[in-house]
Amino acid sequence: MQLTLHRSAAPYPPERQRPRVGFFTDTSICIGCKACEVACKEWNNVPADDCGFSGDSYDNTLALGADTWRHVAFIEQRRPLGLREEPGTSLVQEAAAGQLGADGELPVHEDAGFRWLMSSDVCKHCTEAACLEVCPTGSLFRTEFGTVVVQEDVCNGCGYCIPACPFGVIDQRKDDGRAWKCTLCYDRLRDDMEPACAQACPTKSIQFGELEELRARAERRVEQLRGAGEPGAQLYGADPQNGVGGTGAFFLLLDEPETYGLPPDPVDTTRDLTEIWQTAALAGAMLVAGSVLALIGSRR
Amino acid sequence: MTEVRRGPGQVGASPTGAGKGGRGERRMVEPDRPRSYYGRSVIKEPVWSWEIPTYFFVGGLSGGSAVLALLADVSGRPEVARRAWPVSLASAAVSPALLISDLGRPERFYNMLRVAKATSPMSTGTWILTGLSGSNVVATANSLFGWFPRLGPFSKLSAALLGPLLSTYTAVLIADTAVPVWHEARRELPFVFAASSAASAGAAAALLSPRSQAGLGRRLAILGAAGETAASRLMERRLGTLAAPYRTGTAGRLSKLATGMTIAGAGILAVAGRRRPAGRVGGSLLVLAGAATERWSIFKAGFQSARDPQQTVGPQRERLANS
Ligand code: SF4
Ligand code: SF4
Repeated sequence: MQLTLHRSAAPYPPERQRPRVGFFTDTSICIGCKACEVACKEWNNVPADDCGFSGDSYDNTLALGADTWRHVAFIEQRRPLGLREEPGTSLVQEAAAGQLGADGELPVHEDAGFRWLMSSDVCKHCTEAACLEVCPTGSLFRTEFGTVVVQEDVCNGCGYCIPACPFGVIDQRKDDGRAWKCTLCYDRLRDDMEPACAQACPTKSIQFGELEELRARAERRVEQLRGAGEPGAQLYGADPQNGVGGTGAFFLLLDEPETYGLPPDPVDTTRDLTEIWQTAALAGAMLVAGSVLALIGSRR
Repeated sequence: MTEVRRGPGQVGASPTGAGKGGRGERRMVEPDRPRSYYGRSVIKEPVWSWEIPTYFFVGGLSGGSAVLALLADVSGRPEVARRAWPVSLASAAVSPALLISDLGRPERFYNMLRVAKATSPMSTGTWILTGLSGSNVVATANSLFGWFPRLGPFSKLSAALLGPLLSTYTAVLIADTAVPVWHEARRELPFVFAASSAASAGAAAALLSPRSQAGLGRRLAILGAAGETAASRLMERRLGTLAAPYRTGTAGRLSKLATGMTIAGAGILAVAGRRRPAGRVGGSLLVLAGAATERWSIFKAGFQSARDPQQTVGPQRERLANS
């Protein structure tokens, strides 16, 4: 027997079901302007987070949380200049760079290059959403757009969704007690508007649309980047075969997921729930057996 | 845990991304070391506080005592039954208070009772606790005052059937999270909880029963303590490098303390528990304290595990490499 409740991203009858929507965040064109963070705060009336100066590049919001529903990560990386990566095309450049180095104007060595990765993270609106599955009040629910939303008038702050999310997205607002996260602008969707972050993004790094269409677009983009000599380009979350059945918000990354603070192989742990209950039943039987054993051995 | 401040992953010749502090296991191949975003955790730490591990203990005591009480009834040990039923009822009765007080919005606890959801162990557990409490009121009234002569036996049976579930569902609850030290221990945690519950129930019965009938509780306490120690050792062994939280920090200290108290308590019960009241009382108290501390240690280990990005990333990387 498998627990199949709440496992579908389209649980509504056809007349109410709408096409599943999501985000394709193409981090290769993110400029780190944080317009998405600001637009999200403004539209959703999210309280200020007590961020100071972190010293971690330009990132002062640090992680997604109850009061940060879009989070722009900044990663500074040393990189070889690329002169040796493409033999033949750059001999002149290499010689020139070597000359510059010799002149003492510019220290050129293997590690002299630099690149900056920026990525706007958000709730993944998983197909198999652990947060939603473990929520004991039904506060977290699947909308007609296939997104995952907390009903704040139902949430009683039990906190179960928080360690259940494999991406560390949802969190408790301390002074309020309830759990909060991105709603994919449920209110705007119902008025046929795109989410605030996507509208504010000046480079179209955040693209909103129907999931099927976004996935096809992302495939083309990743091919294009690889062809242009960006071997690290990869899609993250788009695969419906992954541990959460594919995410509604997925990403094009230029490095491994963990570099961006993302889990490389996230799993909806509710997939194991049947097996865990079987173990618990067996353990419960052992408790009874042990008690009987104690009884048999003891005199009155 | 050695706190090493790490820069985000680097590409190119020198992957200086995520040096894990000297302790822990050394990996053979350098580039396989998982990287992280400024050393920050990937998943969120739980927000639960002291009420939850206390409930793990108290709920286990209640569940184990219900089983013990029924066995005492059917085997003609009325003095044990007359104590084990109220113990089970009392610990079931304080449980909702603990759980509600931990909620972010306590006044909305009833929202749990409007839903029954098979994918949420917390929902299932709420109903197990509700069912056991209800059965237990009748069972205890029957045992102490002879009320409900017809309903009594049924209630006792239902309480004793729900008891093992109350003792183990809390293990299911934490195993069904993304916290590595909990989820990866999903095959062992229920056994730790079940054995720990048996030890608690036995110790409570040994503590409260008159000497003539204290044997049952004493034996169960010893058996449970042995099982608890064995199961938690097995859990740590199977967790491998993920067991690090049980060796360091608060969880590590609690784990050592729990094992020490459990073994000492069981030893005292075995050697001096039959003859000397002091041995029985001291041994029982130690086993109870050991069981409570064991739950605290497991609880705290979850926080330490969630905080460490390597605990999350490491096993996932291994999985990807092996698939
Ligand atoms: S990313 Fe986390 S909070 Fe968002 S839907 Fe998935 S499990 Fe829920
Ligand atoms: S904190 Fe709120 S949203 Fe999260 S699981 Fe509990 S009731 Fe559901």
